Amino acid sequence: MGAEGMSMDDIRASGERLGINFSEVDLDAIRLPPGEDFGIISDDEDLRNEEEMEFEAGFGNIIVVDNLPVVPKDKFEKLVGVIRKIYSQIGVIKEDGLWMPVDPETEKTLGYCFIEYNTPQEAELAKEKTNGYKLDRSHIFAVNLFDDIEKFMKVPDEWAPPEIKPYTPGENLQHWLTDEKARDQFVIRASSETEVLWNDARHAKPDPVYKRSFWTESFVQWSPLGTYLATLHRQGAAVWGGASAFNRLMRYAHPQVQLIDFSPGERFLVTFSRQASTNPRDTDRVVLNIFDVRTGKLMRDFKGSADEFGGVGGATGVPWPVFRWSGDKEDKYFARLGKNVISVYETETFTLIDKKSIKVENVMDFSWSPTEPKIALFVPELGGGNQPAKVSLVEIPSKEEKRQKNLFSVSDCQMYWQSNGDYLAVKVDRYTKTKKSTYTGFELFRIQERDIPIEVLELENKNDKIIAFAWEPKGHRFAVIHGDNPRPDVSFYSMKTAQNTGRVSKLTTIKSRQANSLYWSPTGRFIVLAGLRGMNGQLEFYNVDELETMATTEHFMATDIEWDPTGRYVATSSTSVHHEMENGFNIWSFNGKLLYRVLKDHFLQFSWRPRPPSLLSAEKEEEILKNLKKYSKKYEIEDIEVTNTLSEQEKERRKILKEEWDRWVNEWKRIQEEEKLERQNLRDGEASDEEVEYEAKEVEVEEVVEIKEEVILFD
Amino acid sequence: MRPILMKGHERPLTFLKYNRDGDLLFSCAKDHNPTVWFADNGERLGTYRGHNGAVWCCDVSRDSSLLITGSADQSAKLWSVQTGSPLFTFNFESPTRSVDFSVGDKLAVITTDPFMGSSSAIHVKRIAQDPNDQDAESVLVLKGPQGRINRAVWGPLNRTIISAGEDSVIRIWDSETGKLLKESEKEIGHKKAITSLAKSIDGSHFLTGSLDKSAKLWDTRTLTLLKTYATERPVNAVTMSPLLDHVVLGGGQDASSVTTTDHRAGKFEAKFYDKILQEEIGGVKGHFGPINALAFNPDGRSFASGGEDGYVRLHHMDADYFNIKL
Repeated sequence: MGAEGMSMDDIRASGERLGINFSEVDLDAIRLPPGEDFGIISDDEDLRNEEEMEFEAGFGNIIVVDNLPVVPKDKFEKLVGVIRKIYSQIGVIKEDGLWMPVDPETEKTLGYCFIEYNTPQEAELAKEKTNGYKLDRSHIFAVNLFDDIEKFMKVPDEWAPPEIKPYTPGENLQHWLTDEKARDQFVIRASSETEVLWNDARHAKPDPVYKRSFWTESFVQWSPLGTYLATLHRQGAAVWGGASAFNRLMRYAHPQVQLIDFSPGERFLVTFSRQASTNPRDTDRVVLNIFDVRTGKLMRDFKGSADEFGGVGGATGVPWPVFRWSGDKEDKYFARLGKNVISVYETETFTLIDKKSIKVENVMDFSWSPTEPKIALFVPELGGGNQPAKVSLVEIPSKEEKRQKNLFSVSDCQMYWQSNGDYLAVKVDRYTKTKKSTYTGFELFRIQERDIPIEVLELENKNDKIIAFAWEPKGHRFAVIHGDNPRPDVSFYSMKTAQNTGRVSKLTTIKSRQANSLYWSPTGRFIVLAGLRGMNGQLEFYNVDELETMATTEHFMATDIEWDPTGRYVATSSTSVHHEMENGFNIWSFNGKLLYRVLKDHFLQFSWRPRPPSLLSAEKEEEILKNLKKYSKKYEIEDIEVTNTLSEQEKERRKILKEEWDRWVNEWKRIQEEEKLERQNLRDGEASDEEVEYEAKEVEVEEVVEIKEEVILFD
Repeated sequence: MRPILMKGHERPLTFLKYNRDGDLLFSCAKDHNPTVWFADNGERLGTYRGHNGAVWCCDVSRDSSLLITGSADQSAKLWSVQTGSPLFTFNFESPTRSVDFSVGDKLAVITTDPFMGSSSAIHVKRIAQDPNDQDAESVLVLKGPQGRINRAVWGPLNRTIISAGEDSVIRIWDSETGKLLKESEKEIGHKKAITSLAKSIDGSHFLTGSLDKSAKLWDTRTLTLLKTYATERPVNAVTMSPLLDHVVLGGGQDASSVTTTDHRAGKFEAKFYDKILQEEIGGVKGHFGPINALAFNPDGRSFASGGEDGYVRLHHMDADYFNIKL
């Protein structure tokens, strides 16, 4: 940003200097001289300067329809009638809102007309629906928004070659990864402040990186590889990043944007808005834009009613993300669930693969493999059980069904992919014979093995309710919280047994835990069993390799938990989204030691900056792992040094504080002595000058606890 | 440390005061009866009956003969500590919030709330040796601060009066002329209403507690900010150990915003801080409502806390307490 504003404190300070009492200042009464902005560019002005925003002008509800037939006076009324009929289907035309100019000499129409709607939304819809409308063979409508005409007028008549800007190397957007101490960053929001900080665990405190007030109008979001931080504004979304500070790298115009989603490889950004329709009978209007993150170019937009994007089953809310990205890092495909179809688009052309969606009768849900272009989809039971429910695996772009499993008496299905795409777990809720209750089982797919074998897993107690399920990232294990009582059990399973790599085995069950959610370390092996919300923030740090609890602790009233991307630290936070108490966050080591805590009123968000996957080869990683002792020595020495300097500094600080305090105390004693007589006079000469000096004395008291007689045999 | 629970009040506690010898503890509450207790075993000695409203504050003379109380019934009363009989009543136009005897007990400073159009005020009254000679004349009346003046106390040698209250400013007044001598600066001062003020035993410095979740330590003569103690909850009550360099803060979530699910959420603890290092030492739990009053025994070996829950808790320190090392 160019002009940094003054902080409120600065303003208050300068106000005081000038003798201004702010409580008496009526801000609304202050008028700047016309044209004077004191060099301060407001955020919206800034935007306006660079791009004309269509919604800011006042004629957004007027359209111009061109290529109409040119008709003489006697056919004028008929043509107007036809036009009105066409356009009043789309929206309510204002009274006298249709105007077709007539040449005064020939008394013929000029071949175009203006239509004014009640709202810009209707105008836009009319443009979309009728641009290119064939009235007859020679009259194809060309429809534009009135506001756009001005824009088109500005286009110079003669083509001028675009100015070629000299290449300037961009900033290193990955600069934060080069931190000498290999620390991680996180972003927090509290009240109107947004702040990026280093997690400096050695010093047991956060280290500030960048801070800004009113940085975003709703929330902030890191891109999946951590390169960008996205902010949301009334006019659209923006991304920030860079080596030195957080500079604005790109903006994406999308008025009233509400939600955003990055593609996993950070190539594209999906923005979403939903606006209530002016006509209560209509459903809300939904706009989705897909931008190229780096160039800011709009690649494709989708507009429609909330119904179209509402998925199936008549759910009123639009599921987010609407577009789900395939797991490959090239961001090749994205897909959306429709009625009886799954629409898969490819990002080369931003069109449907083979120009048509995949037809699947009654499809309820689908999910991409996190690493490959494969889709798992679920179709519920049809025809009262005559046609079984099914889960099938479809390969993209061939749309070939790789595996299918029919399931009977199913009430619901949930799909969970393991992060490498090696396994797929399908949680299946089935009806019991009486159809009165349900029980849960798992269908486990081994994706990477030949023919994709499926194994069925049922819990020992079939009637246990499943509270949470989570795969070990990059691993072969998973954890399940199950049970009905307030203290459920947690079980760990492996997809392998010691002898057989093709069989599921249970590792252990730990009984009656205060937990309702599971948080695996991103590197696997460690897991936090958390009892959030209703369980007041109970935390258990568990080592799955050793099958032992490392620590049981509590972050009272915690609402959110997030591992740092390296699996070294865990952040638990208590946000005011849920309640206004204990707002702030705690940072823990992976084994459950509290490192530091920060309290902030109106704490809204905590989010670790993600890291891109390691560039090291598997062999190199193995080698490092093997020689870990050698490497760790260096860091241990550094750790000790930091601790030593810290304790030195702390000692020094304490010494200074003590000395400073002693100076005060001596001064007080001196004055006290000076005033002694006067004080005595005030007390009518009472000699004992108060302040009887109390002293802490150690008093030893001997007490006979017990007397016992014992006969000791003497050999 | 096993506290003694003293249940004598029907309503939330408002103020606690030890006499100079540390053998008596006076408690004020929103019920109308200030009470005196044995500071050692928590036995109730008696009540002072006569007020017709919540009692906000009290002070006891150096020789423990005279008690002054300020009440919402728009009066301040003088009592015989021993007999419990009222000796004199100062009537005001509005509730009295705070009372404090001067060095020598010949003067008292009384603050009154803003009420029915009249603004808050600080009154200085002469206290007669013989209660029969007592009159209601004010020696001095100070006005100016906005909102309630929650506490006003005498400065060294009775030359100044220190006041603090809802406008979050600490003021030092000349007790002779009524001139405003010093005001705490906005930048370093409290950000929200000051709820409590406690002087050190020698009067050289004092501690203020505020709803801005902090307490601050000031030099009485220069109004220099010495220390700030940050906490997680609004501070309703403060006190200082006369023996060790410890300060105690009490408070808790406002009753209206307390969760009903868990008493821990309110943090109704008396928190001990190292006075010099400003670091938290520990906390004493027990109340199930915010702490409204705190007082340290002048011998530094026990302290009392009074809560919104209507209890006074009397804590005698364990030997461990005197060996705390940071």
